[in-house]
Amino acid sequence: MNETVSPATRRTVAIGLTLYLIYSVAPVWWLIVNSTKNSRDLLLSNGLWFADLDLGRNLSQIFDYQDGIFLRWAGNSLLYSGVGSLVGTFVALAAGYGLARFAYPGRSFSMALVVGSFLIPYSMLTLPLYLLFSKIGLVGSAWAVLIPTFVNPFSVYLAKVYVEAAIPVELIEAARIDGAGEVRIFLSIVLRMLTTAGATVFLLAFVASWNGFFLPVTMLQESDTWTLSLGLYNWLRQSQVSNASTIDFTSIVITGSLLSVIPLAAVMLALQRFWRTGVTLGAVK
Amino acid sequence: MVLDTRPVASPLPPRPARRKRYPGHAVTGLKGFAFTAPFFAGFALVFVAPFGYALYQSLYSEQLSSDGLGGSRTVFVGLSNFTRALGDGDYWTSILRVCVFALIQIPVMLGLSLLAALLLDLATGRRARLFRLGLLVPYMIPSIVATLVWLYLYSPRLGPITRATAWFGADVNMFSPNLLWIGIGNLLTWVGIGYNMLIIYGSLRSVPRELFEAARLDGAGELRIAWSIKIPHVRSALVLTGMLAIIHMLQIFAEPLVFRVTSPETVTAGFTPIMMIYNLAFTQGNYNYAAALSVLLAVVVGAVSVLFYRVSSREAL
Repeated sequence: MNETVSPATRRTVAIGLTLYLIYSVAPVWWLIVNSTKNSRDLLLSNGLWFADLDLGRNLSQIFDYQDGIFLRWAGNSLLYSGVGSLVGTFVALAAGYGLARFAYPGRSFSMALVVGSFLIPYSMLTLPLYLLFSKIGLVGSAWAVLIPTFVNPFSVYLAKVYVEAAIPVELIEAARIDGAGEVRIFLSIVLRMLTTAGATVFLLAFVASWNGFFLPVTMLQESDTWTLSLGLYNWLRQSQVSNASTIDFTSIVITGSLLSVIPLAAVMLALQRFWRTGVTLGAVK
Repeated sequence: MVLDTRPVASPLPPRPARRKRYPGHAVTGLKGFAFTAPFFAGFALVFVAPFGYALYQSLYSEQLSSDGLGGSRTVFVGLSNFTRALGDGDYWTSILRVCVFALIQIPVMLGLSLLAALLLDLATGRRARLFRLGLLVPYMIPSIVATLVWLYLYSPRLGPITRATAWFGADVNMFSPNLLWIGIGNLLTWVGIGYNMLIIYGSLRSVPRELFEAARLDGAGELRIAWSIKIPHVRSALVLTGMLAIIHMLQIFAEPLVFRVTSPETVTAGFTPIMMIYNLAFTQGNYNYAAALSVLLAVVVGAVSVLFYRVSSREAL
């Protein structure tokens, strides 16, 4: 492809993209380098290169702080994002299948609800949801963060598009003629054919949930229910207030930030091809 | 697509193509509804109920009881929360603030994303893949972490920016009221370029390649091709990314909240609409007024999206 592009153009393209690459990667490089430094070198050494390697000490400070609450936050983040997105994906695939392959009264109305809800700013719902959840006693529990993750209209929309493209009506009819029940058809045929779709829906939901801040900051007050994002935000605030403490919060915020990137980046790299189709497909809506 | 290959008892008679698209008699119809039931049960709880509850709350107000015993009671006040909101200078200032900010930041971000997509479209093979992945690195960083990293990069104490500008004799403090805007704008641009580039690039790849070859044979330069063929083709992708960015901007919360930690004088408690709503509800405990502001924000977001959609679809014609 593009063999006809002149060498001069090629050079310009390479230089341009290299500049973009530096802009995109340099802050992450800074994060990696500085997570290995002690608080003195953070201030005094060159920010873009290594000084004394104190990563081990930073790590042990992080994991020692309040009896390893950082691990707790990591576990919470994995629970909220992992379980939430997994259940959410399953719910969305079922709903997408129902909407795409069955006819019943109210079907087009419910589809309109799904698409219409894209227009409601999610953050507008969070405050009344907090009031509602506090009435039924869910505020502060994992459910307060999990339940909203289970219900994702955009996932349903994606699932419906995928089902329409990937599940032929004839196949379902053939299975029915063979005497398979609807649930069995869904579980053993439809779900299996929707693996790619499921991975895409899961990944987009996982990233959104891992990045989420407004919902957990509203719903979770006790520090042992926090996510990594909430914990890091709180450490940042402490680093501004307390100078007398024995811990230097700046260095543990930086190292902790790097640690909290790892799970997300790992999931995204592992499922790279899915989120690329997901992002593009999401854009077609 | 792999179809079920098991032999079917008898070949099905040819059926009318249209009518059988949804093979639904009443029973399977109900089963289809059952598949969507878990989602819509959740939808009712997480979307419909809070929406209704916000509307309900916004019509009431907590008032200190008049019997002198202290305590408060909830009174129906009709639309007075809304009339108060319409005249609330702080609220409209916060909306205007994000709008003006969006007007500058979003075109810059989309312009840079478009340029990146155009450059990437001209790159080839393994190198293109490497660049694409590299540009997407910011998308893999949790948003709080991205904000923290830039906060430290800007920091006069730790960050390389203040130090680098000091070499040139300039005294740059990124936390000063004027530069903070640029700082937040840069952060959002850094986070957004990769994602938006990917959407635009995807739309760019769907142009038939022969079109470019033909244009090149006719002597068109790459700039000319980009201007006359590529950019018009990706216009709908630009409209879409622009709209998503505006909706996102109207709801911005986490990033300014983190910047507030270091610059509380500049980033006030009601800096953005959502920050103001959050502050009203959780610091001042005025849920009713906060609910009214939430409803108004939804109206603003809806109006902006519809307006944007109208304008852009008219342009596309």
